Amino acid sequence: MTLTVVHAGLLTTVQDLGRPGHAHLGVPRSGALDRPAHRLANLLVGNPAEAATLETTVLGCAVRVHRAVVAAVTGAPCAVRVDGRPAAWGAPVRLAAGSLLEVGAATCGVRSYLAFSGGIGAETVLGSRSTDLLSGLGPAPLARSDRLPLGGERLRPPAEADVVPWPAPPRRLVLPLVLGPRDDWFTAAAVTTLARCDYRVSTASNRIGLRLGGPPLERLVERELPSEGMVLGAVQVPPNGRPVVFLADHPTTGGYPVIGVVPAAALPAAAQAPAGTPVRFVPQRAG
Amino acid sequence: MRALPVGLDALLIELDSPQETAALHAELLRLRAASRLPPVREIVPAARTVLLDGLDDPRGLARELVGRRVPPLPPTAGEVITIPVRYDGEDLSTVAALWGVREEEVAHIHSAAHYRVAFGGFAPGFGYLTGLGEQYHVPRRAVPRTAVPAGSIALAGAYTGIYPRSSPGGWQLIGSTDAVLWDPGREPAALFAPGARVRFVIAGGREPADGSDADGSDADGSADTEGAAGR
Repeated sequence: MTLTVVHAGLLTTVQDLGRPGHAHLGVPRSGALDRPAHRLANLLVGNPAEAATLETTVLGCAVRVHRAVVAAVTGAPCAVRVDGRPAAWGAPVRLAAGSLLEVGAATCGVRSYLAFSGGIGAETVLGSRSTDLLSGLGPAPLARSDRLPLGGERLRPPAEADVVPWPAPPRRLVLPLVLGPRDDWFTAAAVTTLARCDYRVSTASNRIGLRLGGPPLERLVERELPSEGMVLGAVQVPPNGRPVVFLADHPTTGGYPVIGVVPAAALPAAAQAPAGTPVRFVPQRAG
Repeated sequence: MRALPVGLDALLIELDSPQETAALHAELLRLRAASRLPPVREIVPAARTVLLDGLDDPRGLARELVGRRVPPLPPTAGEVITIPVRYDGEDLSTVAALWGVREEEVAHIHSAAHYRVAFGGFAPGFGYLTGLGEQYHVPRRAVPRTAVPAGSIALAGAYTGIYPRSSPGGWQLIGSTDAVLWDPGREPAALFAPGARVRFVIAGGREPADGSDADGSDADGSADTEGAAGR
């Protein structure tokens, strides 16, 4: 009924669809950063979309399962091995009790998703099993020798897809940006800079935000902004002028102006962009 | 009232004062409870704004809300939560100096005020409490602490806050409490929700110096305050 972590990788966390609806209490939404990959992994093993998966970061992970399960690995492409033998990525893989599932380092992209039939059965906090790195809610990031329960039920037969269409993680990130609510706190030149210049994903990026290197954005209004609510995808500009694209573990309120918002549909690609990836914004006015 | 679009499915409503912000927040909660608000995922009040996230038609709602007459918030709206405090914070002397009072008076001034949870956001369970007179607003510490103990009562700007767990922080520490601000195993997990009213009482049984709330309104569900006796 469990799996054991043999190798936790750089950062492997339990993720589901997160805990929306609690932002007013300071609780981040959290959840899988690449939601389509999380959903696909669950679909391939017969789980509902809300079942918890494991989200790896760059270096993969390895787990031993203590009962027969169906597993699937999606998201960032990587080598998959079962008891040392190559196995399919992006397809259901049947594991016997005692099998070792090894998920290799991402060959491109950042985050792979491991689904197991029945889902990861960690305890829920406010209805979600997601690890939230900002506020420390949910299970701690995986460590070697950790044991995680596996849910017992399989709710539907696994999808036996012949072909899984899957976009390759981006070599260059192009992010639509709906300007506002505080674009008027920046000079017109700042918006032009944002539209014309190449930014780069910084190594300081994490589940809280995609931090970007590049030309600083110039403020028009220099006074302090009273704290205000923030949404997923908000592009906040701290005093150093370098934009941060907020991802699932973002703080729920913030005190620096948000120049624009990247729509949620563009964020899975952002979550798969490794450090160094060039980023372009395509600003547009709201409605 | 001004409605600013936020992304494709959210609205930031900007108001002129904290009072109007609290009133609009209460009105939005009332409309939602009465099923008179379109489906919305988050309603997040803040200092001068209320964010509505997860809307199907943000522009339609913006048209409906702007120009709407929002009834002012009655001062007694919201449940009262009582927090016993040991006024023993490391910055007590700094705050006393900023206020121009003796250290002992800080406890009496701070516990005499009526507070309201204006908004949250720094950490799960953290509330930005307004209510302290403007003459008592203090700046943040020049150098933040790397670790502020859980239960610390702290001041910054117009706000009082209580750290739900140990975390870095730059607010001025005036005291501590055993009240549990955040417990995911409890329903509700957060002791403070926006809109709640808060009283601080000096731990050890002494009531606020001004004798207000002499009815001893401790019966407010702050059940996590046992063991809060003075040092």
